[in-house]
Amino acid sequence: MDGIHDMGGMHGFGKVEPELNEPVFHAAWEGRCLALNRAMGVIGAWTIDEGRSGIEELPPQVYLAHSYYGKWALRLENMIISRGLAGADEIAAGHALHPAKSMKRKLGVADVPGTLTRGSFGRQPPAPARFKVGERVRTKVIHPATHTRLPRYTRGRVGTIEALRGCHVFPDTSAIGAGENPQWLYTVVFEGRELWGENTDPTLTVSIDAFEPYLDAA
Amino acid sequence: MAHDHDHDDHHEHGSELSEMQLRVRALETVLAEKGYIDPAALDLIVEEFETRIGPHNGARVVAKAWADPAFKHALIEDATKAVRSLGLINRVGDHLIAVENTPKLHNVIVCTLCSCYPWEVLGLPPVWYKAAPYRSRAVNDPRGVLADFGLKLPADTQIRVWDSTAETRFIVLPMRPQGTEGWSEEKLATLVTRDCMIGTGLPRNSAEAA
Repeated sequence: MDGIHDMGGMHGFGKVEPELNEPVFHAAWEGRCLALNRAMGVIGAWTIDEGRSGIEELPPQVYLAHSYYGKWALRLENMIISRGLAGADEIAAGHALHPAKSMKRKLGVADVPGTLTRGSFGRQPPAPARFKVGERVRTKVIHPATHTRLPRYTRGRVGTIEALRGCHVFPDTSAIGAGENPQWLYTVVFEGRELWGENTDPTLTVSIDAFEPYLDAA
Repeated sequence: MAHDHDHDDHHEHGSELSEMQLRVRALETVLAEKGYIDPAALDLIVEEFETRIGPHNGARVVAKAWADPAFKHALIEDATKAVRSLGLINRVGDHLIAVENTPKLHNVIVCTLCSCYPWEVLGLPPVWYKAAPYRSRAVNDPRGVLADFGLKLPADTQIRVWDSTAETRFIVLPMRPQGTEGWSEEKLATLVTRDCMIGTGLPRNSAEAA
């Protein structure tokens, strides 16, 4: 979706402000929030793509007004309610009031190591890869109202296939519950000028990792 | 480490609970009472991220690559496999990619769409990495962003920005600082900062060794 999350190339957000000796968490609730979100992923409450989509669906003014983990907390609330895992009344009460939904897994202490590794998203390819390293491709102009991983600033641009990264779960379908639909993944590199115009620093190149359905031969 | 909701304020230093703390606590209580999660498991996850998962792991990887050409070659070929072979980290996610800086090329990692970051080698990303100024500007004004970090590169250095748009994850292999010939991997690792593995910094120089 063309949301506020898709920030590449936007102006006006100001300088980057690194924090010296930054702690891992700035408050205890941030750590609990991260752990809760990881836990719900592990028990199969939603996929990583559905989770990202949950962040993107926050209204832009809410997205910008909340800290990173603040957004995670809002997403967690929205998703457990929308999936019937808990009711808004229970969250307001701060206690369970209704029976739980049955889940494939529960997260116990023994399951923690599994929460600390990213999942594997490589899948068996359904067909041979369409593009080869060195080939020129043009990204499609798409504006889906649902989740996609093709950033706006790279749509309709010509780039070069630099590497083939295997066949992976396709976020655009996974995010809407339409299945893993594995697709070939390519590193596509663009000249800075192709993305930002002729006054761009000539030393700049930018790459994305693009799924095959995002690409046409150029 | 036990987690007891009734009288556990071990992170709070006696201050009043903020709105977010109350909200997240309510969520945790509800999800625990419904049997989806065990708060003791959450304690462990937090502890892992606070103590064991962090850029010290990436620093060991970079130092090894500086000291051992065969390992460096393996790292560039397949970083997941190479990092796993070190046994430093219990679990390394798939699709880890190491990108090498050279005198002509400087790599910078970003995730414009969210916050994708190689957790297993760098830990959780800093706030700035997840925030709008970095995510918006890294792809169209990387030199300006590097200047925010006090880093100025030669005008003819090629800048390559890697936008982490899929489940691939990137770590920068910076150039080995001069004057470190014969150093042990342990000593080399003290020169490797988190930011030099993101591309927003350079390694410490040999005079700054810990």
